Amino acid sequence: MTVLASSDAAAVRPDGQVARPVVRCRGVAKLFSNGTLALQNVDLDVGRHQFVSLLGPSGCGKSTLLRLIAGLGEASAGTIDWPDAQHDVSGVALPRLSFVFQEPTLMPWASAIRNVMLPLKLAGTPAEEARARAAEALRMVGLAAFENAYPRELSGGMKMRVSIARALVTRPEVLLMDEPFAALDEITRFKLNNDLLELWHASNFTVVFVTHSVFESVFLSQRIVTMAARPGRVIADMDVSAPYPRAVDYRTSPLYNAHCKRASEALERAMGHAIEAH
Amino acid sequence: MPDTAPSPVITIGDDAPPVVVQERRILGVAASTWPKVLMPLLVGLLSLAVWEYLVRRNGIPPYILPGPLLIAQTMVTDWGTLSGSLWITLSISLAALSVAVLLGVTLSVLFAQSKWVELSFFPYAVILQVTPIVAIAPLIIIWVNDVKLSLLICAWIVAFFPILSNTTLGLNSADHNLLNLFQLYKATRFQTLLHLRLPSALPYFLGGLKISGGLSLIGAVVAEFVAGTGGNQSGLAYRILESGYQLRIPRMFAALFMISISGIVIFLCLSMLSHLVLRRWHESALKREN
Ligand SMILES: Nc1ncnc2c1ncn2[C@@H]1O[C@H](COP(=O)(O)OP(=O)(O)OP(=O)(O)O)[C@@H](O)[C@H]1O
Ligand SMILES: [Mg+2]
Repeated sequence: MTVLASSDAAAVRPDGQVARPVVRCRGVAKLFSNGTLALQNVDLDVGRHQFVSLLGPSGCGKSTLLRLIAGLGEASAGTIDWPDAQHDVSGVALPRLSFVFQEPTLMPWASAIRNVMLPLKLAGTPAEEARARAAEALRMVGLAAFENAYPRELSGGMKMRVSIARALVTRPEVLLMDEPFAALDEITRFKLNNDLLELWHASNFTVVFVTHSVFESVFLSQRIVTMAARPGRVIADMDVSAPYPRAVDYRTSPLYNAHCKRASEALERAMGHAIEAH
Repeated sequence: MPDTAPSPVITIGDDAPPVVVQERRILGVAASTWPKVLMPLLVGLLSLAVWEYLVRRNGIPPYILPGPLLIAQTMVTDWGTLSGSLWITLSISLAALSVAVLLGVTLSVLFAQSKWVELSFFPYAVILQVTPIVAIAPLIIIWVNDVKLSLLICAWIVAFFPILSNTTLGLNSADHNLLNLFQLYKATRFQTLLHLRLPSALPYFLGGLKISGGLSLIGAVVAEFVAGTGGNQSGLAYRILESGYQLRIPRMFAALFMISISGIVIFLCLSMLSHLVLRRWHESALKREN
C-alpha cells in the first residue's frame, strides 16, 4: 500500500475484509423508533492503523454507523466486535477510542485546557498528570497560547482543534471523526487536514473519518468506503494508493485527480441508488 | 469595533498569544460600567426632587404624603426601631432563601435522576406555587407555634418554586452531544452530574435565584401582614401596620422605603453573583461584541 511503517497495516481484500481488523461490523442494521431504516446489512472491517473514510450523501447513515461503532446506541441487528480490545467481565468490549463530533462539543464553562483534561479526569488520572498531558495535546494542535481561553473566545477552527486535542489526549487506538471540518473554511480545513495526517503518521492510531467531500477523503485516507442511502448501506470500497506524507503537491498530482474521479463515480452511483430507491 | 466598548481581547494569528488591550479604569472600575451606575442614580435623584417639589408647592400635609426629606429624617430619628425590624425581616427572607436553595437544588437533583420521580412529584411542587400565600399563611401561623418560624415557612413556600423548576429545567438541558461524550468516556452517573449537568444548570439556577430573592422578601412581608403580631420582635411589615394605625405616615413610608431598598439590594447582589459566575462563558453575561 504505502510507506506506512506499521507491520500489520491492513491489506484490504477485494471483498472489503481485512486480515486482522481492529473493529469488525457484520450485518449491522439500525432501525430508529420512528420507523426509519438508517442502516441495513453493513459489513465493514477496519484494519489496524488504517485511515478509512466513510463517504456518502447526506442522510445515508454515516453518522449512525460511526456512533454505533463508538458504542453510542444499540444496533438493531448484526454485531460489532473488537477482536483485539480488552473486554469487561460481562464481555463488553472496551476499545480505547475517541470521538470527534461534527460540532466542537466543548463545555462552555471550562477553559480550553480543562476541556481537554476532561477524558483524563473522568478516567481518574491525577490532576497534575492530566494537566501536563492536556497542555501537550493543545501544543500539538498549535494552541499552546490558548490554554486558558474559554470556548467562547476561540474561533471555529480553534474550537475544532481543541476538540481534536481532547480526542487525542487519551492516546486512543481508534479515532472516530464525524465530518470534523465540515463547517470550516477551505484554508483552515486544508491546514487541519495536513495536521491530522501528520499526527496520524506520527502516532499511528486507526482513523475512521466521515465526510461528504470526495476531495477530503481522497487526500486523507488509504481507503474510501462509499455508502448509499435508503436504506444506508456500503456500495463501494476503494483503495487510495498514494504514499504518505501527503502534502500540497499530492493535491495537484494526476494520481490525486484519478482517485478523485473514481471516488466521484462511486459517490454518483450512491446518489443514483438513492434516487432509484424513491 | 465601536470606540465606546473596546474589546479587551484581540487575536492575531493562531499560535501567537492574544494581544490584550486593557480597558481604561476610573477609580478601579472599568470606564464603560460608570454610566450603568450613574444613569439610574440620576433618574432616582431627579424623581425624588420632583416629588419633594410637588409636595412643598401644593402644601400636601405629611399624613397624606410626606416628602422624601421628611421620610429620610424619620428614618434617621426612628433608626433604632426600624433597623431592628429591618434586620428581622431580612434575616427571615435570607433564611427562607437559603432553605429554598438547599431544598430546591437537592430536589431537582433527585428529579434529574429519574423521569418517574420527576413526573410523580413535580405536580405537588406546582401546588405549592399556585396556592396564594395569603390564603394559607393563617393556617401555617396556627399550626406552627413559633411566629418567626411560621413567617420563614411562608417566605420559603414563595421562594422555593422558581429555584426548583429552573434548576430542574437546567439539569435536563445538558447538551446531548456532551452527554454522548461523557457516555463514551465511561463517566459514572455522579461524574456526569458533577461535571456536566450541574454546570449546565447553573445559569438556569441563577435565573431562578434572582426571582426567588425578591419573592422571599415579599413572602416574609406578606406573611407578617397576615400574622399582624407586634412586640419588639416584629419586622418591617408590622412597623407599617402599626404606623398606619397611629397615623405616623412618614414612618410608614420610611419602612416601605427600607423594604424596597432591601429588595433592590438583594436583586443587585444576586445579579452581581450571577454575573461573576457566568461572565466568562454564558451568553447572558457576555457583551455582544459582533
Ligand atoms: N434519532 C433519529 N431518529 C430517527 N431517525 C434518525 C435519527 N438519526 C438519524 N435518523 C435518520 O437516519 C438516517 C441517517 O442519518 P445519519 O445522521 O446517520 O446521516 P448522515 O449520513 O450522517 O448524514 P449527514 O451527512 O447529513 O450528516 C437519516 O435518514 C435520518 O433521517
Ligand atoms: Mg452526519
